[in-house]
Amino acid sequence: MEVPFVLLIGLFFSAAVYLMLSKFLVRVLLGVVLLGNAVNLLIFTNGRILREVPPIIPAGHDVPKALTANPLPQALILTAIVISFSFFAFLLVLVYRAYQDLGTDNGNEMRLAEPENDPLPPTGY
Amino acid sequence: MAVTPTDLSAALVMTPVAPADWLVVLPPAWCILAGAVLLMARKSLHLQGFLAVPALAVLVLLDALLLAHVAENGPVMMVMGRWLPPFGIAFTADLTGVLFALAGAVVALAGAVHALTDIDGSGRRYGFYPFLLLLMAGVSGAFLTGDIFNLYVWFEVLLISSFGLITLGSEPRQIDGAIKYAFLNLIATTLFLITTGYLYGIFGTLNMADIATKAAAGRAELPLMTLAMLYLTAFGMKAAAFPVNFWLPASYHTPRIVVSALFAGLLTKVGIYALLRTLIMLFPVEREELSFVIALTGAATMLLGALGALGQNDIRRLLGYLVISGIGIMLAGLSLGSPGGTGGAIFYALHSMVVMTGLYMAAGLAGRLSGTFDLSRLGGLYTRSALFSALSLVLFFAVSGLPPFSGFWPKVMVAKAAMDIGAWWLAAVVFLSGFLTTIAVGRVFLLAYWRPADGALAAEAIPASALLPLAVLTVLTVVFGLFPDALLSTIQLAAQGLADPRAYVGSVFPGGN
Repeated sequence: MEVPFVLLIGLFFSAAVYLMLSKFLVRVLLGVVLLGNAVNLLIFTNGRILREVPPIIPAGHDVPKALTANPLPQALILTAIVISFSFFAFLLVLVYRAYQDLGTDNGNEMRLAEPENDPLPPTGY
Repeated sequence: MAVTPTDLSAALVMTPVAPADWLVVLPPAWCILAGAVLLMARKSLHLQGFLAVPALAVLVLLDALLLAHVAENGPVMMVMGRWLPPFGIAFTADLTGVLFALAGAVVALAGAVHALTDIDGSGRRYGFYPFLLLLMAGVSGAFLTGDIFNLYVWFEVLLISSFGLITLGSEPRQIDGAIKYAFLNLIATTLFLITTGYLYGIFGTLNMADIATKAAAGRAELPLMTLAMLYLTAFGMKAAAFPVNFWLPASYHTPRIVVSALFAGLLTKVGIYALLRTLIMLFPVEREELSFVIALTGAATMLLGALGALGQNDIRRLLGYLVISGIGIMLAGLSLGSPGGTGGAIFYALHSMVVMTGLYMAAGLAGRLSGTFDLSRLGGLYTRSALFSALSLVLFFAVSGLPPFSGFWPKVMVAKAAMDIGAWWLAAVVFLSGFLTTIAVGRVFLLAYWRPADGALAAEAIPASALLPLAVLTVLTVVFGLFPDALLSTIQLAAQGLADPRAYVGSVFPGGN
């Protein structure tokens, strides 16, 4: 079961990197979303894909009777999903605001903070 | 069915936590609490500063008490929900973490006082102080946690607070800087998360003491080099090391000056702390193999920072490059890994937190008096205020690493450690970057302070609440430059504790594991 997951993760990562290499911020945003999901799948697979048995211990037992799914990666992914979702929301607003204020979504044309012809410092009084 | 009493001692810590050990979780918990109160009081603008400054003073006190506790009793550990480690999330404070946390708290307190006059009503309305407190929660948590996934969570806490701070004011050039800062930092933390996913797949644990033990035992057959390299890239990006440093000079000069000061003091140093924690404590053998790569990165970072500083006309951008140059020296110390190298990296990080914050504050005051940050137009600051000029000059000397200020000793430690193993070129780069930095900041003093002003400077007096934190930070660099003995011996103990984490592991697993 791991092999198809590994291929899928590879696909996610390559699509994410391809999108993030674009100079248009909207594509970079989509790349960030894909990247977050690629990492979630990666954590899930790293926790080993075991069985679909939920990790519930029956009454009267101290340990589960059968091999169960690993709950920890799911907790980690849940944390990561919440975080990446909130960051995506922030970035979405930031990019929209940048489009309003700077009039472009092209990263190469955003030169307000680092002007192209910034003068050199004076060499004397 | 009668419930049989279960023996919980197999899963839970049964002994109550000693009162002094609660200090481990108090710094982040206190910051979150204070941040929440400030958020509730967001409409009473005059209250914000009066609440935040005492709250951060309490944070400094808590960290100082924790430092005294750890210095006396060794690393201290506490688990969440009483679950036995490695199952419960552990907070583990050792000397390295607490030293960083204390320096961070001091810097934040200075920033909060400085912000009383630097951040206007609209900045307070948009939540400068709540963001600052939440940033400190993230920073303190990152320094004190003993769980690597928890470290990731604290990184995100401080990152989202820093987004709030960097966009405070929402000027177009700020939005431009924030875009670059936000995207590249998010990618860096995602890389950190990727590595942590692999680490969990390899070890099946996230507790750092547990990882250190298991890595030492199973080094031969585990792919640890992959993890070390990925962590180096991820945290190197957070720390703004050479090939992945571009977000820093693109963004650090855009926000309110006190925000820049706090970022320069806190954020990149969290990256350096995480590098020390992972590469020195968890993967020392892999770090040894990577040492040449790290040393080259460090040398390139130092030179890029110093040369970049020489070419800037805007003093805020110049300071951004000086932050990068300092990161290079810490990386050089990290690459050596010897007690002198690690100790030098820790010392330089603490020094850089204090000095870079002070320098940004000085630049902010210079800009406030002159109405510009351009070197070509600044001038006459010396005749305007001799005290302010003297404080700035001390900070300029300290950042260049000239004696008798605090930048001198860590540079000597790193250079000596480099020459001890025959890496004379690394020592030469440390001195060369110091020399170039001296020229860059010397020119700032010459042009902005000594040169007669073109026009009249702003007549307003420098408010005491803006000058006081600058003076305190300057006094700190002088004191630790003149009397480095106490700090040096603590730092040497901290470096030993990182290189040989037996005490750290012992605090998490008292009975061995």
